[in-house]
Amino acid sequence: MTETLHPVLPTTRSTPFDPPPELGALRAEKPISELRFPDGHHGWLVTSYDLVREVLADRRFSNRAELQHAPITVGGQVVPTQPPAKPGMFINMDAPDHTRYRKLLTGQFTVRRMNQLLPRVEQIVAEHLAGMRALGSPVDLVPNFALPVPSLVICELLGVPYEERERFQRDTGKMLSLDVPFDEIMGALERVERFVADLARRKRDQPGDDMLSGLVHSGELTDEEVANMGLLLLVAGHETTANMLGLGTLVLLRHPEQLAALRADPSLVDNTVEELLRYASIIQFGTGRVALEDVEVGGKLVEAGSTVILSIPAANRDPDRFERPDEFDIHRSASGHLGFGHGVHQCLGQQLARIEMRVGFNALFREFPDLRLAVPVEEIPMRTDMGIYGVHSLPVAFS
Amino acid sequence: MKVEVDKERCAGAGMCALTDPEVFDQDEADGTVVLLDPSPSGEHQRKAREAAHLCPAGAIRVVE
Repeated sequence: MTETLHPVLPTTRSTPFDPPPELGALRAEKPISELRFPDGHHGWLVTSYDLVREVLADRRFSNRAELQHAPITVGGQVVPTQPPAKPGMFINMDAPDHTRYRKLLTGQFTVRRMNQLLPRVEQIVAEHLAGMRALGSPVDLVPNFALPVPSLVICELLGVPYEERERFQRDTGKMLSLDVPFDEIMGALERVERFVADLARRKRDQPGDDMLSGLVHSGELTDEEVANMGLLLLVAGHETTANMLGLGTLVLLRHPEQLAALRADPSLVDNTVEELLRYASIIQFGTGRVALEDVEVGGKLVEAGSTVILSIPAANRDPDRFERPDEFDIHRSASGHLGFGHGVHQCLGQQLARIEMRVGFNALFREFPDLRLAVPVEEIPMRTDMGIYGVHSLPVAFS
Repeated sequence: MKVEVDKERCAGAGMCALTDPEVFDQDEADGTVVLLDPSPSGEHQRKAREAAHLCPAGAIRVVE
């Protein structure tokens, strides 16, 4: 008797901006389908908007790291199931632990608090655009704009002293770079971990008006928990926003009529950012959840212990939810997109990310009215095999 | 229309305050939902429905 071999997760794109075409075919025919994982696990792949949203909102599904199977290999290697989350790394916890940690931060990330950061974000963006101008055309947008802007905003939130920011940025930049050898990346990661842990300890004696100080003096957390929460904010807020800035710029440059409309009316930027989050969904291989009990999803029985991959890119291109889903259209209402996820784990920093993108795109295209690609689009290295999609570099020209 | 919120379920993502800051706000301390107007009228009714739909934690209920 032969065992049916389920398909593996489709990961090959045929264009730079569209998800792998097989995902669209699955969404139309089998919005929940059986999926084979590299470690041999048999789980599920969900591709429709309604079902992705349903599973993410269902508290019978867990986000604990130690229960999940990875849907892809990394460098040809099977990724083993991860150990349980370290204290404070609440993204990979469930209620009530997740709730306890998250509630200590949600007050810091409100719409109002993030709007108060606007002048600082504007200043950081302006400084980097001036830096690009000083370097001259052509220039790589990624290391000079997309990566450092969110990194400095996180420095601001965490309360990294000014004189230590350059070192911090060098290491966080290295952690995300393709050109850096693996052991150097690991070295940078260790230095950043030590730095944040040390910073948390210093905030105990010399508190400031920043998030780490707030956490330390909440009286509810150990130094280890504070350090891990700080690292989580860094990891969650840097690579994601950086890639939305880089990839978003490329999407806009490749849609000149849309970019012209945005330039003519900068108030369209709010809508543009939502549409970019929908159209260019950067969380390209997931997210994942694990059934804690048997659950019926879209008429299929998902057994307890099964990992379910929720395809954000496929859900955000679902024609049943968005008209002309494969068209990039900054005039549409993309509200309800799943770019920040859904459910209790929905991105904590989303209001900050929105502000960074709104300020970033409007200032970039105002400062450089004739910004254009400096190389043919085929030569731009895309992050095809990274968990977070985007561009590795983006050479641009201006006059 | 009557709007109800559940602070226990709230995940503090801020979608409601973003969608209609005249009906919803966020608590200064923990970011959870604060209902400013439990009986919105006019344009705010449509926005309240949208906020209920967008809420990631299912913490907003609209009773028509």
